Amino acid sequence: MPKKMMVSFKLNGYEMDVVVEPRELLIHTLREKCAHTGPHIGCETSHCGACTVDMNGTSVKSCTVLTVQAQDAEVLTIEGLAKGGVLHALQEGFMQEHGLQCGFCTPGMIIRAYRLLQENSNPTDEEVRYWIAGNLCRCTGYQNIVKAIQYAARKLRGEPVETSHPLLEAAS
Amino acid sequence: MSAQPDVDRLTKLEGIGCARKRREDPRFIQGKGNYVDDVKMPGMAFGVMVRSPYAHARIKRIDASRALALPGVVAVITAEELKPFKLHWMPTLAGDVQAVLADGKVSFQNQEVAFVIAEDRYVAADGAELVEVEYEELPAVIDPFKALEPDAPVVREDLAGKNTGAHGARRHHNHIFNWQIGDKDKTARVFDNAEITVKQDMLYPRVHPCPLETCGCVASFDKIKGDLTVYITSQAPHVVRTVVGLLSSIPESKIRIISPDIGGGFGNKVGVYPGYVCAIASSIVLGRPVKWIESRAENLTTTAFARDYWMTGELAATKDGVIKALRVHVTADHGAFDACADPTKWPAGMFHVCTGSYAIPNAFVCVDGVYTNKFPGGVAYRCSFRVTEAVYLIERMIDVLAQKLGIDKAEIRLRNFVRKEQFPYQTPLGLEYDSGDYEPALRKAMAAMDYGALRAEQAERRKNPNAEWLMGIGVVTFTEIVGAGPSKMCDILGIGMFDSCEIRVHPDGSAIARMGTITQGQGHQTTYAQIIATEAGIPASVIHVEEGDTSTAPYGLGTYGSRSTPVAGAAIARASRKIREKARRIAAHLLEVSPDDLEFDLDRFLVKGSPQQVKTMKEIAWAAYNNVPEGMEMGLETVDYYDPPNFTFPFGAYMCVLDINRFTGESKVRRFYALDDCGTRINPMIIEGQIHGGLTEGLAVAMGQELPYDEQGNVLGGTLMDYFVPTAVETPVWDTDFTVTPSPHHPIGAKGVAESPHVGSIPCFTSAVVDAFSHLGITHMNMPHNAYRLWQQSHELGLDKHP
Repeated sequence: MPKKMMVSFKLNGYEMDVVVEPRELLIHTLREKCAHTGPHIGCETSHCGACTVDMNGTSVKSCTVLTVQAQDAEVLTIEGLAKGGVLHALQEGFMQEHGLQCGFCTPGMIIRAYRLLQENSNPTDEEVRYWIAGNLCRCTGYQNIVKAIQYAARKLRGEPVETSHPLLEAAS
Repeated sequence: MSAQPDVDRLTKLEGIGCARKRREDPRFIQGKGNYVDDVKMPGMAFGVMVRSPYAHARIKRIDASRALALPGVVAVITAEELKPFKLHWMPTLAGDVQAVLADGKVSFQNQEVAFVIAEDRYVAADGAELVEVEYEELPAVIDPFKALEPDAPVVREDLAGKNTGAHGARRHHNHIFNWQIGDKDKTARVFDNAEITVKQDMLYPRVHPCPLETCGCVASFDKIKGDLTVYITSQAPHVVRTVVGLLSSIPESKIRIISPDIGGGFGNKVGVYPGYVCAIASSIVLGRPVKWIESRAENLTTTAFARDYWMTGELAATKDGVIKALRVHVTADHGAFDACADPTKWPAGMFHVCTGSYAIPNAFVCVDGVYTNKFPGGVAYRCSFRVTEAVYLIERMIDVLAQKLGIDKAEIRLRNFVRKEQFPYQTPLGLEYDSGDYEPALRKAMAAMDYGALRAEQAERRKNPNAEWLMGIGVVTFTEIVGAGPSKMCDILGIGMFDSCEIRVHPDGSAIARMGTITQGQGHQTTYAQIIATEAGIPASVIHVEEGDTSTAPYGLGTYGSRSTPVAGAAIARASRKIREKARRIAAHLLEVSPDDLEFDLDRFLVKGSPQQVKTMKEIAWAAYNNVPEGMEMGLETVDYYDPPNFTFPFGAYMCVLDINRFTGESKVRRFYALDDCGTRINPMIIEGQIHGGLTEGLAVAMGQELPYDEQGNVLGGTLMDYFVPTAVETPVWDTDFTVTPSPHHPIGAKGVAESPHVGSIPCFTSAVVDAFSHLGITHMNMPHNAYRLWQQSHELGLDKHP
């Protein structure tokens, strides 16, 4: 086996060529060679989901994918979600519904939710919770994450979303 | 303030009380956060720890030659390499010392033995595998009671002959301290003459905060300038700077500590860890940046655990359930080094808040700290210095007493509450509760949950012999103690636990504000600006809040123990008022009136009786740089260091309904209602989010988390495979509610909130679990209440037999 291998894949629509040892994990390639530090490392056992990226239309935990497995793959990370400077409905939903606190799980969580909404545009709250069970969050208790994902689901279905602007509470 | 505030101006201000959206979010939702592991510097090397597989062993030999021969390995350091710099041991925040790298002996599994520095993290990990360490295993002691037996293994040979520790006399080689508070004799007399007494042993197991981001740092020493810069996962960057200065003899003026974005802390990131010291020392020696990032297993087994309190509570009461005295003994397992991050004078932190929300006239508490062969730490996890243990103890004891007397668990609380008119209330353990109003909170909770109907449903359920699910109702009415703290009582390394705020208003009326705290998800950049907006009349949208860089922020003691709002929040309010008062004098000069003739109105001053004469804060800011009254300094900036006169005492009333399957032990939280009173509410959206998070971490602790050890001292919960972190599926939907009882001594009446839901929910889950079995005589069950243990309880009672 050669000491290093060249791997080519598409990262958020752009061609990437990286030279890696066969043992290198995709998360390290993304973060250290491709300068995409959105996906994070929270464990090394595939439990926390902070490293979740979308690869060829499925969610993967990039801390347990070898970079060489990404040859010819299409990889989507949080950095590729906003198109043309416009936030994705999920990103908007997480802000609107206070779906994040420390932000460490957020990139993986949003990319996982992206996959959910690709597969199921009208999930129940229970389905949302089941789909994000591979992504741990220590801050939010998930309640507002579920709301954030449902906000995005509604918006993507073309339904009206609450443009709440509750800045008037101080006046009441 | 005018009677009818201008709604547009008020809205634009985004001040206290509004659910302002978070200013932190845009970077996080786009993957543009900047956490420590995201920091990359030219020439940066990577360090990995070599750790002990044994809990207790002598180190016979360390051979790094194979590691050093590996291409890419830069250096391997052991205690021998650190000795010339006197860095092989370091002081802890508890007045003890801790080995940075093992000095001849290891005293807990995964203790730091050597540090391998290499060109990248893969080579560093390879190098760590190649370091050969020869150990001679010693018997380990894991149980804190066995540790105090006469012939117990000696955990700390370095303390031989030292009969006095930082907190007084040591009576055994594994004894750290004995700490007593309260009137022992008087309490004993009350017990001797009591109509009724109850006693209960309980274990608060060893758990870990497990923030999603592990600990780490990037240390960079510039040999030419002599400057040290450290990016670090720290909840207290200024304290780190002082510790690093003490250890390295580099003046603090040449040390810059930066806590960038922090991926959750929960108390895990307060201490100074060997990995930090090794990265800093190797950067100083090598003259290049060195990064060290913990793995999850290292995080869960070496840095800042929580709890491990073995408690015995006793209550003396009348037959009517009126409590007359509380007595507590705690055996506190601190692990191999006493590295509790408590305020110096308080070896058991604020545990003496254990009289809770109740007017208990007599109390005595005795705590023994013990060394065992486990990893050090001790006060972490969303907890203001052992208040979590204290609240657990008293809430459990109240339930035990209620059961003994056959009094309803809500009713007995109503009979014993400190009443509103008793505040400020002096507890028998020396605390002064600033404010509280407990009864309306509990009554509101009972009404919201329809408590009477729940008890009726439970009675029906218990009558049905075929019912598969047992129903439990948990009730908790807790009082927290946060906002450490008054410098006369609280210091860390001799530095008073004040906090700080600096505000600079720029000529265009925008402002930058810097604090001595550091957000780890609490949303300081959002809420701090709201305080300034209300107090100084500057729209929050043009206030830039910056924390975490010791070279720019004023000295502060950091963010933990729910102290940001009570301490830094007060400094922010006071700094804002200083800005406002200088602005008043400038406005008076511009309007040619006396400052006393002016009224502050949201974002401007107007002349009393002549409201068309106004100067806005924006106009005043401009004038501050070109047209100030004679004799006044130019500019509009200030700094405030706030030393609080007292702690703050948030409280709450929580109720939980859960069902337990008597055949499988499976539990389902049907409903959880959390009413919190954190005084003045700065941002309701953020408060609610903090409460959701705290409740979920409470669920984790109560229902599943523990770090057990086997007899050889192997830690059994060291990965996320073994250590329970709730997913969205196990987490119930939370109901939140509130009352508002402002703190009388805090400038804006705020008390702090983020830890209350953790502190309050844990005993509430236990209360509900025990309640499900209470009709069968069960008064207490130790955590964690996982399905296996619930099934065990059911099995012992014969409930799992099919009828």
